[in-house]
Amino acid sequence: MHIPDGFINIPTSAGFGVAAAGGIWYSIRQSARLLDDRRVPLAGLVAAFVFAAQMVNFPVAAGTSGHLIGGVLAAVLVGPWLGALVLTIVLVVQGVFFADGGLSALGLNVFNMAIVGALGGYLTYRGLVALLPKTRTATVAAAGVAAGISVLLAALAFVLEYAIGGEGGAALGTVAAAMGGVHALIGIGEGLITALVVGAVMSARPDLVAAAPKVEVPAHG
Amino acid sequence: MDKRLLWFLGIGLVVALLVAGILSGFASGEPDGLERVSIDEGFDETAEDHPLADSPLADYAVEGVDDDRLSTGLAGIIGVAITLAVSAALFYGIRLYGKARRGKEPA
Repeated sequence: MHIPDGFINIPTSAGFGVAAAGGIWYSIRQSARLLDDRRVPLAGLVAAFVFAAQMVNFPVAAGTSGHLIGGVLAAVLVGPWLGALVLTIVLVVQGVFFADGGLSALGLNVFNMAIVGALGGYLTYRGLVALLPKTRTATVAAAGVAAGISVLLAALAFVLEYAIGGEGGAALGTVAAAMGGVHALIGIGEGLITALVVGAVMSARPDLVAAAPKVEVPAHG
Repeated sequence: MDKRLLWFLGIGLVVALLVAGILSGFASGEPDGLERVSIDEGFDETAEDHPLADSPLADYAVEGVDDDRLSTGLAGIIGVAITLAVSAALFYGIRLYGKARRGKEPA
């Protein structure tokens, strides 16, 4: 999912870079209002975990692998604004220190994974939570399904970028179909890992899950 | 900070280090979804070399460490440390910025 330099032309990369910077700035402003002493180390831990988990590519089809993006995972654990910043930090560290994801493409990658993946995925999560009962199981399921969908959304964002400024002249329809197909499979992995981690944190420290709805305690009688 | 939160953070950090330091060595080396699509659709050749491709941690390997799993695992642990340091700087900075803004508001 990390776009290298060269796939998308410079003007398009710059345009999405500006959009990504706007999203980051807004996320910083929002985070400034809610960051307390407890959430500073938690957000750092989530960033470290997302970095670690993104290293573990899993096979999805013959000759193809995928790895966690972690946008919905971070957004559910520390809230959408800090979640978007967590993904941005991971992408900057990967691009600058590990030569993973291009530098002129950094804005594209932040747009696709931090803005679309974390913020767009979080909106999907909130939509699902509104429809489901307010139970722990339903919350974990909503996180997993939204995480899967977020991978498809990020893949679609790439297709949009390729449509505007893609190099190499590949046919847009086949690029879109191929991106959608392979990322539907990767999305299943994303959903399972997200549900596993959110479920584990929910059972250990539900109070630390920023975006968990208040669980309704059924009345006994 | 309460003790239970410290335990949670400690266990979380150990899990992250295990994933980055050990599990990463067993990751699939096949092209990822986007790379696969670029190869199949014939635009993989448009990729340029990364400007920092010669950096000592490029491609999640530590320069000079020959054993693949050890090299990847060490790079992962260093990456977790860098990510924590950058996060600490940014989030603590935002915390101070938020405090300063709140301080200016009338009570």
